[in-house]
Amino acid sequence: MSMRRESVIETPMPPLDVARVRADFPALHQEVHGRPLAYLDNAATTQKPFTVIDAVERYYRRDNANVHRGVHTLSQRATADYEGAREKARVFLNAHSSREIVFVRGATEAINLVAQSFGRANIGRGDEILITEMEHHSNIVPWQLLSGQLGATLRVAPINDAGEVVLEDYEKLLSPRTRLVGIAHCSNALGSINPVKRMTRLAHDAGAVVLVDGAQAAPHFAVDVQALDCDFYVLSGHKMYGPTGIGVLYGKEALLEAMPPYQGGGEMIKYVSFDKTVYNDLPYKFEAGTPHIAGVIGLGAAIDYLTGLGLDAIADYERELLHYATVMLSGIPGLRLIGCARDKASILSFTLAGVHPHDIGTIFDHQGVAIRTGHHCAMPVMQRYGVPATARASLAFYNTSEEVDALAAAIHEAKEVFG
Amino acid sequence: MSDLRQLYEEVILDHNRNPRNFHKKPGGTNRHAHGFNPLCGDEFTINLEVEDGVIKDAGFEGAGCAISTASASLMTEALIGKTEAQARALFEDMHALLTTNVDASEVGKLRVLAGVREYPARVKCATLAWHTMQAALRNEDKTVSTE
Repeated sequence: MSMRRESVIETPMPPLDVARVRADFPALHQEVHGRPLAYLDNAATTQKPFTVIDAVERYYRRDNANVHRGVHTLSQRATADYEGAREKARVFLNAHSSREIVFVRGATEAINLVAQSFGRANIGRGDEILITEMEHHSNIVPWQLLSGQLGATLRVAPINDAGEVVLEDYEKLLSPRTRLVGIAHCSNALGSINPVKRMTRLAHDAGAVVLVDGAQAAPHFAVDVQALDCDFYVLSGHKMYGPTGIGVLYGKEALLEAMPPYQGGGEMIKYVSFDKTVYNDLPYKFEAGTPHIAGVIGLGAAIDYLTGLGLDAIADYERELLHYATVMLSGIPGLRLIGCARDKASILSFTLAGVHPHDIGTIFDHQGVAIRTGHHCAMPVMQRYGVPATARASLAFYNTSEEVDALAAAIHEAKEVFG
Repeated sequence: MSDLRQLYEEVILDHNRNPRNFHKKPGGTNRHAHGFNPLCGDEFTINLEVEDGVIKDAGFEGAGCAISTASASLMTEALIGKTEAQARALFEDMHALLTTNVDASEVGKLRVLAGVREYPARVKCATLAWHTMQAALRNEDKTVSTE
């Protein structure tokens, strides 16, 4: 048998063919209020390609069985697909080992897991947890809960008017008391991409462990956890074209190994008696109960899809689309873009003078333009900019410049209605 | 466009631009309540001056979308001079107007808000001030929400 060798020269990824890509997403092809749908709410959740829908369906139609249990064929198929998805997630994040990939319900559960398992074991009274002002509620509240339980203090690194973390302040807030730092890789409300590699190094220098919330990053650009050197990285499947209810916690093996279980139950044990229980190995120690098998398999298909397009091709296309949208929106009188970081993903938060975001949302819906309005689960960001809410268009690689034109037209419509 | 105009009637746009009894807390305010829809961010305090069972004056403070602001503005106008019983009856009529197809004749000018029922996601905006008013009449401390 001959060893298949990986090609040394990488074939450059072709640029993204948006018409072909759109054909992969059934939900994009519909009318809303008699207009073609322009789905610009991708930071809330992304649409799913056929391959993901088919993978979930195939599992339920053909392979449905519990994993890691039976010796029968269906269970073996399900287990192979489930563990195959773990390997896909490992490669996707460039983790060192698949033992470092834990399947959870989503980024929120991943953060809560780290807070309650790592946090309770390693953080104490008087210790500090440092986050940034742009965090999603999911990277604020678990740390508030933990701080309250342990008598620790939550500190917040401020952001500037552009929506970038003020690194000098961040550095000053790091101290020997800082036990853990929680940073969004990409802000869901502002689009800002944080320099997490540098922030991680600074945190490590201070002796702190770093959790990166990658829910909004993974759908937009390639992530390499070894290059970032972060200790934990969390993902949500549904924000990266996979199913809801499934996510990934990456953790460095040595840290996960030392952490106590988060939940008890089946699957996470090796041996149980009433006197003593021996916990299972990684990553199963953190996967109590029957997992969301269909979700994991669907997530694996989503990763295949993203990898097939190429994360760099996705990032290139979205960068151009963001540029186009920024130019289009900047020229509209009365429109205020909130979040103008130099390094930014394709998210545009804005307010329109004299029109409340919820009225914008309703008027846009009439034009077939789906956006999110509200506080985007980042109330402190809204407070920072002195607005109760914003309208947010978040673009994906399947969006087109025509859809951005529809967005601009809808803004003009809103202005006209409100005179 | 035409059906959007049924929601954003000229009267609603006018009451949004120039809300009546806004930033107003009557000197004799003896009933008030706080309404807040956390998902939306719409937030109002309704202030009422009630004497001998009659609403002598009404005002509101806070911020919200055009629908919730206009609804609160129109409501305060309608309330002044009404008895508590009439105010409660008006609440019922408005509730029916906004959530069902029952068109109570008593609502008068408030009928401009009827377009909201075609927009289920926005009904909570239109009803916030009304539920808050009802809580004010009962002098309830708890924040009201219609989400």
